[in-house]
Amino acid sequence: MSTPAITADEVAVAGPAIRQRQWMVLIRATMHQWRARIGLGIFLLMVAIALFGPLIAPHSPDAFVGAPNSPAGNGTLFGTDSLGRDVWSRFLHGGLSVLGMSLGATVIGVGLGLVVGLTAAYIGGITDEVLMRISDVFMAFPQIVLALLLVTAFGPSVPLIILIVGISTAPRVARVIRGAALQVVERDFVKAAEAVGEKRTRILFGELLPNVTSPLLVEVGLRLTYSIGLIAALNFIGDGIQPPAADWGVMINENRLAVSVQPWGVVLPILAIALLTIGTNLLTDGFARAAIGIDRGE
Amino acid sequence: MTRFLIRRILLGLLTLLLVSIVVFAATQALPGNAARAILGRDATPARLAALTQQLHLNRSVFSQYFHWLGGIVTGSLGTSAATEQPVSSLIGGRIANSAFLVFVSAIIAIPLSISLGVWMAVRRDKPADHILSTSSLALAALPDFVIGIGLALLFATNVSHILPAVSLIPPGEHAWNVPKEVILPAATLIIAVTPYISRIMRASMVEVLESDYVTMARLKGLPNRTVIWRHAVPNAIVPAIQVSALQLAYMAGGVVLVEFVFSFPGVGAQLVDSVGNRDIPVVQALAIIIAAVYVVVNLLADLLTILVTPRLRTAGR
Repeated sequence: MSTPAITADEVAVAGPAIRQRQWMVLIRATMHQWRARIGLGIFLLMVAIALFGPLIAPHSPDAFVGAPNSPAGNGTLFGTDSLGRDVWSRFLHGGLSVLGMSLGATVIGVGLGLVVGLTAAYIGGITDEVLMRISDVFMAFPQIVLALLLVTAFGPSVPLIILIVGISTAPRVARVIRGAALQVVERDFVKAAEAVGEKRTRILFGELLPNVTSPLLVEVGLRLTYSIGLIAALNFIGDGIQPPAADWGVMINENRLAVSVQPWGVVLPILAIALLTIGTNLLTDGFARAAIGIDRGE
Repeated sequence: MTRFLIRRILLGLLTLLLVSIVVFAATQALPGNAARAILGRDATPARLAALTQQLHLNRSVFSQYFHWLGGIVTGSLGTSAATEQPVSSLIGGRIANSAFLVFVSAIIAIPLSISLGVWMAVRRDKPADHILSTSSLALAALPDFVIGIGLALLFATNVSHILPAVSLIPPGEHAWNVPKEVILPAATLIIAVTPYISRIMRASMVEVLESDYVTMARLKGLPNRTVIWRHAVPNAIVPAIQVSALQLAYMAGGVVLVEFVFSFPGVGAQLVDSVGNRDIPVVQALAIIIAAVYVVVNLLADLLTILVTPRLRTAGR
């Protein structure tokens, strides 16, 4: 992974005004790339559909508007699903759960990973060793397997899925942040802060955090991309949000048996999930490139 | 070097032991009766008692854990709560099918993505490179099940019907005897891992192509093909090998959703089914097996990195 974008000593001398600007520099460098701009455009479009879709949906997502699996027409834009509900309306209602759950999981995962990573790097020694061994154990499971294991124990529920995906994301973030923070903890300004008796939390979040912003931003994007995929998948296989909820993952499963007669119930949510993940990934790649560019002093 | 090896292997074993504790704790030791979780709320007391007996739930948690761990180590994985078959006979054939699926995917994906990476690097900054780089970035973002369903739409249901949408492999039949049923699941895994390997290969190859010895080889008048495949590729391939090993580990988890999409009779589809049935003995066994493969392949990837990186090989630890 990349090293912190800003030379740390610069920040230490210059104080908060510069720190604020580093975020701006990174984001501006990201937005100079056409791929990142396209990524942001796609991402915002999908967020808009998820947020405002329910407002413009012509029918209730649960209303029966025609015979099951009927083709477009008869007052429906994309026909009806396997139970006779309007595909277009269910599609417009179905993004909010995927997006909301993924954002929740990303906030938990990146937040927890950040705290663990900074703590491990700063305190070091036994604490570092123990935290990293615990991370290893959680990383010994593919994320989907860990999620399925806990669903077996507790049954499928939305808060549980958000929590599981968040927790299984955290060790992966912690690794990266620890690596980035290790290069900062030995710097003079950290020693200076220690010497004047700054509180530990103040050092972690006031001194170390501003120096890992670029890997952090890349992690947010990367983990959001993966969380969207994982949560949509869990909803799809029936271990996340439960029918009759209108949700892109649930929709795919409900309609995939009838896909030859009524493709839209599968095609629309598949395209939406694909675009959402592609958008976040293009944006993430932009962050990563910007961070490397700033490092090289370009 | 040897000390490092031993240390890494011991750490791997320790991780596996901790993994087994997590699997056990998550499924059997948590508050709430595992027997009730399996049988559901309307289970009769007699059946509850029988299953409690069968899963040894009336013993202490520690005794249950060691009994269970002993079973795993000796290969007796218990009895499936849903089908009342021994777990080992239930999943034996499925392990072979999944292993075959991963093997076929890897054997195609790795050379394919390395060649793609070389090709992109040679055509650096030309339109072909831009198109491939951007599309590999987009493909890398797609969740496996989205790729799988997309392929099914294109080749099995709506656009054309040349391949089966569902891998109908009769019980007792091995996947390698019905290759047509393996094509789509394998293609899904290949598309899922290829972008990662080819992007790394491209980056590493770009760097090598700028080096002095490649310029030297060109100045000697060697044919372009020789320069690329004899001089550049062997020096650029190390990072690609590492990423390939990591992608192999990734496939251990990736099979779960890919197999579910195509109803491919392997461990992944079985895991999803068993989670749905709350079939705890099967879930435990499969979670342990998948985690073990994941840990071992990651360990091999680490060792491979050391073996192919002279600086690390001679570092003494």
